[in-house]
This record gives sequence, structure tokens and C-alpha cells, in this order.
Amino acid sequence: MVAATPVEREVWRLLAQVPDPEIPILNVIELGVVRYVRDEHERGIAVGVSPTYTGCPATEVIQASIKARLHQAGFESVRVDSVLAPPWSSDWLTESAREKLREYGIAPPAESVDSPRRLFGELQLHCPRCSSSQTRRVSEFASTPCKALYRCSSCLEPFEYFKCI
Amino acid sequence: MSYALCIGDTSLILAQRLGEWVGHAPALEEDLALANIGLDLLGQARYLLTYAAELEGRGSSEDDLAFLRDPQDFLNLSLVEQPNGDFGQTIVRQFLIDAWQLELFERMQHSSDPKLAELAAKALKETRYHFRFSSGWLVRLGDGTEESHRRVQTALDALWRFTHEMFVVSPAEQDAVARGVAPDPASLAAGWSSRVDEVLKQATLKKPADVPYAWHGKRGQHGEHLSRLLAEMQVMQRTYPGAKW
Repeated sequence: MVAATPVEREVWRLLAQVPDPEIPILNVIELGVVRYVRDEHERGIAVGVSPTYTGCPATEVIQASIKARLHQAGFESVRVDSVLAPPWSSDWLTESAREKLREYGIAPPAESVDSPRRLFGELQLHCPRCSSSQTRRVSEFASTPCKALYRCSSCLEPFEYFKCI
Repeated sequence: MSYALCIGDTSLILAQRLGEWVGHAPALEEDLALANIGLDLLGQARYLLTYAAELEGRGSSEDDLAFLRDPQDFLNLSLVEQPNGDFGQTIVRQFLIDAWQLELFERMQHSSDPKLAELAAKALKETRYHFRFSSGWLVRLGDGTEESHRRVQTALDALWRFTHEMFVVSPAEQDAVARGVAPDPASLAAGWSSRVDEVLKQATLKKPADVPYAWHGKRGQHGEHLSRLLAEMQVMQRTYPGAKW
């Protein structure tokens, strides 16, 4: 990887202030969707962004928020490229993102996408509120494409799980 | 161009069908699930229709293709335009398509066309989830009560005749298949059958006899179901051309 120029470092710093519209405790870098930042000089700044899910409605909001934040900081010409390959993976959530998700009440992805255990049956998740392992899946899908719905049998609270993909 | 339309239209029409369930599914969780699956399919469709428009090179957009084409210009599989019926029928239709998309995307991710390969690699991950959902429900309903078993078996018997079309190459696909850009539909049949057989067995459902007749959805020949679906989907753009909100 080519070392980032001072301008690119500045852009990365600004991107850390752009929240994910659906899980606002995470910024777009923590979500793992920013693929590159390039200073193309007279052609402006290019930011590569991957969608989490192909139909995720947040994708367009993320692109618009990135442009808005950079415009606000004085970058006039900003291009956001949609990067599909390689496909985004929940493995790209940063360590800090996992911790924040847990504090926010969302169970982070339980294991790596490459883990062979994923192929067998249901995962045993810990409740992000009371840490109980007595949890069960209510639905494979939840309020956003990236999450599933669980319920804790100990504290009886429902919680969301950030799916491994 | 016509290949991207073929695959994209199948995703688009199924997404629209699943959208009809919003607010009507048997439980909130299932409502969310069907909407989420529809959303993934819509994402695939947007990408493929945008690509098809780009290849066509006449300056049209994904929206022009979705909202301004007539039924005979749609190249989706006949299976996906079939009405939702009850929840069991929707699950059967979803299951048959999910198994097919798994086979398709697994191969298409190695396409020599980078745009198709990228989309397939992305969509494959989502389709695995869809398949888990639809096959899970099929087993629950098939191996459930007498009533649920009867309903999904009836749906399976009714929809089975549309599956043969998945494996027969259409004029729209021919060029892409011949150039090796797209997998030969016939090559998907064996993998699809074994996936389907395994789940049907668990679901204690009887596999219907094969009907070696291919419906002509991929050739643009559709029944009235598609016309009605499109009438609803396209009404805003037809009535107020270019409207935005």
C-alpha cells in the first residue's frame, strides 16, 4: 500500500466523523466500508465505499454524508466510488466497532466468516445486556439487512445480532 | 445486455412480489424477513439493470428499464411472477429460486465479465441467508401439521412446472453462454436438484414429477400476472413521467 499523503490522512480523519445512518454509534471506517481514499489532485478526492448488502438503503445516505462532510471541510471536488469486489464482510468491522456494538446492545458477529463452525446449526450467542448464554434466535432478519433478531431467556430482553457475512 | 436483464428481471420481479407481503405476513418477524430478502433482490436488480442500460448504450437508466418497459420486454423466469398465494406458497417459490440462485451465483462469480463476477460474489453471500430462511420454513411447514403439510405440498405441485425453465437456455442468454460469460443454465440442474431433494426429504414432501416443458418468461412471454404486477409497480412513472421524490 502506498503511504497516505497528508491530504489523504486528513480525509481519513474526517471520515471517522461520518456516522453510519442506521447504527450511528459506528462511523463508516469502523463499519469497514471505506476501501480507499485517493488524492487525485486536480480531479479532486476519490473515496471508495462498499455496500454492506446490495440493497441496503443506507448505502446512498453514507455516500451523501461522506460528500457533505468533505465539502464542509473545504474539499470541493469529491467522488464516491461504489466498490463491490471483494464483497464487504462483517470480518471488516474494526475491534473498536465490536466493543461499541456490544455496549449499544447489539451482539457483534460471533466469529469469523471463514470459521467452519458457521456451517453447523445455530450459534450460541451471549446477551449483550446480561451476558447470559441462554439466548435464542427469533428471526434470521431484523430492522436492517445486516442484523438478526434474538431474545435472551434470562433477562427476557430482545436484542439484535450483527450477522456474519 | 440481454443476459444481465434476464437475471436482473428475475430479481426485480421477485422483489416486487415479496414487497406485497409488507404489512401482511403472518408475524412481524416474517414480515421483516420477506422485506429484507426483497431488498437484497432489489439491490441485485438495480445493479444488473444499471449494467444492462450501460451496455445498451442508449443513455437510459435502471429506472427507465424498470418502469417504462412493457411486459413482453421483461425476461424474468415465469416462476417469480406467480402470485404469492398463502405464506406456504411464497416459501415454496422462494425456496426453489434460492436454490437456483445459489447454483447460478456460485458459477457466475468466476465469470470472465468482471461486473457479473463482482455482483455474483456479493449476492451469493446474501442468497445463502435466503436459502437458510426458506428451507428452514419449508421443513417446519412440510413436517408440521397436517394442514401446513397439505398447503405446501399443494404449492409445490402447482409451482413445480415452472422450474424446468431455469435450466433451458433462452435466446436472451445464448450469446453470454456461448461466450463463456455466463454459466450454461443446464449446468445448474444437477446441483439444484440435489439441494432441493435434500430439503424436500427433511420436509417430508413429495417431489412432483418433472414436466419437461419450459415456460417462456425468459423469452418475454408472460401471463396476466406479470401485467398486473407491472401495472402496480409502474403506475407512478407512467402517470407522472420523470417524477422524483
